[in-house]
Formats: sequence, structure tokens, C-alpha cells
Amino acid sequence: MKGSETPSTGRLSRRDFFKGLGTTALAAAASQAESVAQELQKINAEKVLGPGPVPVTLKVNGKTHKLELEPRVTLLDALRNHLGLTGPKEGCDRASCGACTVWLDGVTIYACQKLAIDAQGHEITTVEGLTPDGRLTPVQRAFVERDALQCGYCTPGFVMSVSALLRKNPRPTVEDVRHACAGNLCRCGTHPRILEAALVAAGLPPVSTTRTEVINHV
Amino acid sequence: MSEWPAQPKVLGTRVPRVDGPAKVTGQARYSSDIQAPGLLIGMILRSPWPAARIQRINLEKARQMPGIKAAVAVQEGPRIVRYYGEELAAVAGVSRQACEDALRAIEVEAEPLPFVVREEDARKPDAPRVWEQAPNMPPPRVREEGNVDEALKECAAVIEGFYTTSVQLHHPMETHGGTVRWDDEGVTAWISTQGIFSVRDGLAGALRLDQSKVRVVTEYMGGGFGSKFGPGVEGVLAARLAREAGAPVRLMLSRFEEALAVGNRPSSFQRIRLGAKADGTLHVFDYENYGTAGVGAGQATEGGGGGADLPMPYIYRVPNRRIKQTTVAVNAGSSRAFRAPGHPVASFGMESAMDDLAVKLGMDPLELRIKNDPSEIRQREYRIGAERFGWKEKYRKPGSSPGPIKVGVGVASATWGGGGSSRTQGEIQINPDGTVEVRLGVQDIGTGTRTVAAVTAAEVLGLAPDQVTVKIGDTRYPPGPGSGGSVTAASVAPTVYDVCTRALEELQKQTGLPDVRGENWRAACKKLGVTPLVVQGRWREGLSSSGVGGVQFAEVAVDTETGLVTVRKIVVVQDCGLIVDPLTAESQVNGGVIMGIGLALYEERVMDWQSGVVLNPNFETYKLPGIADVPEIDIVLINMPERGVIGLGEPVHIPTAAAIANAVANALGVRVNSLPITPRKVLAALGKVPTAKA
Repeated sequence: MKGSETPSTGRLSRRDFFKGLGTTALAAAASQAESVAQELQKINAEKVLGPGPVPVTLKVNGKTHKLELEPRVTLLDALRNHLGLTGPKEGCDRASCGACTVWLDGVTIYACQKLAIDAQGHEITTVEGLTPDGRLTPVQRAFVERDALQCGYCTPGFVMSVSALLRKNPRPTVEDVRHACAGNLCRCGTHPRILEAALVAAGLPPVSTTRTEVINHV
Repeated sequence: MSEWPAQPKVLGTRVPRVDGPAKVTGQARYSSDIQAPGLLIGMILRSPWPAARIQRINLEKARQMPGIKAAVAVQEGPRIVRYYGEELAAVAGVSRQACEDALRAIEVEAEPLPFVVREEDARKPDAPRVWEQAPNMPPPRVREEGNVDEALKECAAVIEGFYTTSVQLHHPMETHGGTVRWDDEGVTAWISTQGIFSVRDGLAGALRLDQSKVRVVTEYMGGGFGSKFGPGVEGVLAARLAREAGAPVRLMLSRFEEALAVGNRPSSFQRIRLGAKADGTLHVFDYENYGTAGVGAGQATEGGGGGADLPMPYIYRVPNRRIKQTTVAVNAGSSRAFRAPGHPVASFGMESAMDDLAVKLGMDPLELRIKNDPSEIRQREYRIGAERFGWKEKYRKPGSSPGPIKVGVGVASATWGGGGSSRTQGEIQINPDGTVEVRLGVQDIGTGTRTVAAVTAAEVLGLAPDQVTVKIGDTRYPPGPGSGGSVTAASVAPTVYDVCTRALEELQKQTGLPDVRGENWRAACKKLGVTPLVVQGRWREGLSSSGVGGVQFAEVAVDTETGLVTVRKIVVVQDCGLIVDPLTAESQVNGGVIMGIGLALYEERVMDWQSGVVLNPNFETYKLPGIADVPEIDIVLINMPERGVIGLGEPVHIPTAAAIANAVANALGVRVNSLPITPRKVLAALGKVPTAKA
């Protein structure tokens, strides 16, 4: 098999580099997994929860909610189906589409990948929590004005990602916006408009990746 | 000439979509968001076999599980399932966790059967039959004009190419499904759909109910792209579960299920011989194609058959042609209409062959198109686009781009209908306080249907769009078409025009005022006293038409060391009649292009031939274009108000993949003849994939 590989040029080939990296990373992961397992064992020895419902207290959009949930209930399930907060959407239930993006202590997370019991003791913010007074935030206004949405199903997730970015970085570059939205998918193809809206919301010139002209036929 | 005002005030201006605020705040309620007292969750048990004879399904244990309120089998008695993921049974319970447990408790007795999931395997004579009574691949239908064999001898250049495309999945962000409730009056179903009336009729039929007993509500839905016209098995199961449980049931598919059973774009295997005279005039087209529509020929919709037949030789006129097409059944979920059914795939085959022919003739591929495209509007679009794109400066001979990262350019074109549905109806209610409500039995799949209605009403009534409330997505409103075939805007705008024009006449009559529009509006409405004015109307001739052309140019960079293709720029030149709202129209163009990038570079349903399962039923392994993949998109919309309104959503998706594929071939100097153009295929085309040698 070796013979069929690209002949060695004397340099470290890309393949060799990855091979080397692989073994180190694997070793590290194995020892990490072991310590995590020990940690878990210690915690579980102290208290076993479930499988039946257990009391869960969640602080969402500034309000405290006392719920009875099975430990396997995700934060997204709790928000949507137990608290009626349907702004966060379910698109994949496995941390790959970002429609469920909410904030945990101001940091974006996939609500589908956090168990509700693990979200206790944190400040959870959903898209509903951005506008307690019903007025649009600058980000939301920019999304509407720039038409950064079509079917709108992914929109709350994008709004949460862009809003979190601007809180941390009020003057982002196009690349910063791309990076902040890398975990959100949109099937209608509103991405160029989302880039634009993020910059407009930040008060920056609307660097646009699209250009349009309407010309008359006659 | 259309009746639209010559000097519009609102039409053609950039109006932000009227339901934008509801969508950005999370207030918009999608079918999957409906909350109801006592709401149960529904889930489906699917076949783990690609083919099997089901003998018996025992739901008793599942029914006894804690929290489970209903369990139903899709069909009583023995039956045959024909693909991995076909629906067997469903349960409804108080939580998804309860349902997950109950699905595991369902006992299925089945005898696995032989199966076949790859097109090239299924067409063999000894392949397992997907349908017992018929071969997987029927003999092709043949259409022939002129004399192909003679014509081949008369050409200065003939190319022979084999171009293939993969099965593509719709993957709307909101999965299929909905919430169903029964009460004394019948069924109310909040379904994520593109066709509330087709869902109503489908549910009524499946449940043996009068159509008047079924109400379908779809205020907001999260995308469909052709896959959401009927109630689907999942919609019917939700209704049956709700009836058995005596409680409302929400049944939404998981992303995993979305990849198995709710539609796809058929694959294609296109063998093309294309010949031209020395001056580039196309002379002969010899074509064989087959593709798979899964277990079925697809669900007939307004958007097209959803089958595997392609409109060939697409936009070109070729005097001598022989076209042989067939489909091949495999044990996989059935195809459905998918954004411009047939067209993007036809465009890829034909436009690839055109570029290969141009290379052989030593012609500029744009010149070859200008020579052979009979469409007047596209002739103009080639000129506009070429200038905008800088074709003359950018086009180089294939493979002549220097360095390891090679740049290439390509061009491709589209045709589409997009006319309105003459049966569309609507009504308006004008209240004494001057508020206005327009009601239409249509739904918004994300194109901005409410906004089209609001803009049109505002134009006719002399109001601002935000003074008009538009109610859609309810079968209690006057009927409208399903959102397919790019017909919605051309159905809605003429209907609202008619409704509002009649309403103005009626308001003038009732109030005795000569002009009730604009600043006179409030005073006129006040004269109505205590009774709101309700006026019905219907689609009116002369305000819309059909038939559009589009041309797209692509510039790509291909890393010849990694095989990665980056789309740098797409120029779109598209006509769509009278532009109602350029802001939302452009969004549709962006969307069509970006979805085309997915088709060109990333998207492919992968099936395992040994186990018959879909190997990439998730977004980690079925890649959608993301924000980092989006190139510069330069859009030129040709406004033709004299033609009235024409739909735009589908045509703008058609040529993108073909233009990108041609740009890649231009960059490399060799063609990657198969979509998606993955790094592996690029490297293979360059002869850079090491092959094991003895």
C-alpha cells in the first residue's frame, strides 16, 4: 500500500503531519475521557437523578420557572414544550443547524444539546427575551429592513447569534459575522442579507456581498 | 399592455416584508409551534428494512407504556414495505421521551426481502424487483425528429459526454408535519405545507370526512421547496392519533426522517451526443437519460411531475434530435417536485455538453449560446450579463489559468413559466375605522406572499402597505393555489387588484364620494356606519403573464492540490415581468443561487448498497451551503411592467449549478462530469487520486 502513496519529497508531507497529530490527539482524548469518567462516577455516587421527573428550576428571560422534567429533557424541549417559548426552533436536534440558538449567561449555545437540568443556575435568554417591551432591537430592525429572512424559521437563531456577536464585538468585520453565524443554517439562502443586516445594526457601512440593479426593458 | 398603473406609488418600491417583525421576534407561530391544551407528541416507527413483508405489528405493549395515549398502524394486515424508513406505525404520548420508549416496545414481525438501492444495480435484468409486477427500468420513451444518424455525419464537430447528477434532498429548515385537533366540528390541522387546500382535500380523503369538516391552517411555514403539498403519511397519522387519543397531537418529523421519506430530486445519468456545423449552428442532439425517483414516479404537483424526465435539449433548438428517457426504481423514498423540477438537472446536462462542444469547435462558449439560443430576452441577457461580468476579459482557454489555484468562468441559462392561477379568489373587509383586512387562502413559503398582497392593495387603495392587514394560510379564506411552479405572486397580485378595485367602486357607491382613496380614505370608511364592507373578487386577466428567461455567469477558483472549489462570483440576469417588490425579489434570487451552489458542490443523498440505508441523514454529512460559502452575487432584474406579474422563485435556481460546473471545467481544462463536484471528483479528474496497483 505504501508504494501507491505520493513519493516522499523529504519534507514532512501533509499526510504524515495529520498522522502524527492523530496519535497525540487520540492519546490526549483517551486520558481526558478517563478523567471525565472518574468525575462522572464521583458525581453519580453522590446523587442519581431520574429516570422519572425531577424538579428543575430554570431562569429564562429574567423569570424563574419551576418545572418537573425527566433528566433527559433538553433545554430546547423544556423551552418549547413546557414553557411555550417557541421562538427557538428545532431544526435538527443534534447541534448542526442553529435554529435553537439561545444564550446561556450571554453566550450562544444550541438549546438542543443542553439538558434542562444542566441549564439550572444560569441566565437563559431566548429571542423572546430580547424585546421585553415589544420594540425591535437594532439587530431585529436591520434584519427586517434588509430582508435578512425568508421563511423565517432559522431567523430567531441567526438573530441570537448576531446579537451576541455585537454585544461582544460592536464593530465586527464581515469575517467576524461569518464566523459568528457559522453554526446557523438557512435553506432559503438569506445569508448575504444577514451579513448586511449585522453590519447595519452595528452602525457600520453596509458592506454588501450582493449588488442589484433593476433595468427597464423598454 | 397590462392594467397596472403607469406611475405606481408602492409597486416596485423596496417594501420590507410585512411579517418581518413577527419572524425576527419569534412571535410568528409555525405549524410546529402550535400549543394546545392537552397537546400530545406523535412519533413514527419506520421500517429498518429496505424491503420486507410485514406480517404483523403488535402495538399492545406500546399502548401500555407510561404516558402513551394512542398507537396506530399505518395499515392493518400484511403488507410490503419498499424502503428503509417507510412508515409502519405511530404513537402519541405526553412527551417525546414517552414516545421514544413506546416506539421501542412495538413488535414487528417481518420477513426481509431482497432490495436494491443503486441505480446501476437496479437496472440489471437480475436485480431484485422493487415492484413485483414490473421491471425496475421500463423501456425508454423515444421522441425523434429529423434524422439523427444522417445528421451526425453532416457535423463539423460532435462531442459525446456522460453527465450525472445525484439525488438531492429538500431539507427545509422546518421538517414535515403539523398539529391536528378534533372537535365537534371536525378536524383542524396546522400543517407545514405549501398547499393548504391540497392538504385539506388529502386529509378529508384519507379520513373519510367531508371536505367541509377539515380546516387547514398554515400561518407560517418553514420552507418546502416542492416537498410539502399533500398531508403526507405523517399528517394522516397525526390525525388518526389525535382521534384515538381524544387530544390534539403534534407530529413533526426529525431531521433523520426528513432524509428518508418526504421527497427528493431524482438523479440523472445523461448520455449526450451533440453536434454542430462549422459555424457553431447546432445540428444534432442524441440523448439517453435515466434517473431514479425512488419507489415511485413522484407526487404530481403543480410544480411538475417530480419524475425523472428532463426537458431536453432544454433551451436550445436542434433540428435533428432523438431523446430516450426512462426511470429506474430503487428501494428508496419517492421523489417529489423540487424547485424547478427537471430544469436544473437538464440545464447541467445540456450546458455541459454545450461547453464541451465549444471547446471542440474552438469557439467561445458564450458565442455558441448566442448563436443557438432562440429567446429574444435571453439574447439581451447574455449581452448585459457578459458586460457586467467582464466575460471578454475573464474568459480564457480551458486550463490556462496559471498556478495551483485555477480560476475559471462559465455561463448557463434558464427558462420557466410562472404564470398565475386563474382560479384564485380573495376578499377584503373594510372597517368603518378605515382599517383593511385582505383575506386569501394561500400560504407563504418564504417568498413574501403577504407582502405582495399588501403592496398591491396599498397601490390600488392609495394607502401605505402597513395600513393593510393580510390574512393568509386558512382554508376558511377564499381559495388560492398551492405555492408551486412560481405561480403565487402572479396569482395573488391580480386577485388583490381585482378585489380592491371592486371594493373602491362599492365604497364610492355606498358613500357617494367620487374618490375614496388616499387622504379621503378615513372619511369615506366612516360613512360606512356600523357595517364593515366585505367585497369578493377573483384573479383578473391581463395583470400577469408567464414565460421568463434567465442567464447566470459564474467565476470559481479551484485548488488543484486539495480539489476544493470556491465560488467567487455569480452574475444573475433575470426577467420577471412587473417587479412587485425588488427587496423580496432579490432575496429569492439570492436563495436560488445559494441553493444552486449546494446542488453544484455539496448535496448528495448517499445510500449504502449493502444495508440499503441512507448514510447521511443529517446536516453533518449532507452539506448545505453555509454563510462562508456564499459568493458575491450580482443581480440584474429586468423590469417589464407591460407583461404584468410573473413568478421568479424557480427560474433563478436553474442555471447556477450548470454555470458553476462549466466554470470548474474552464478552470481545470478537464470536465468533472458529475454533481456534486466534490474535492475527490476534482482530484480524480486531474488524475491525482492514487489508485491501488497490483
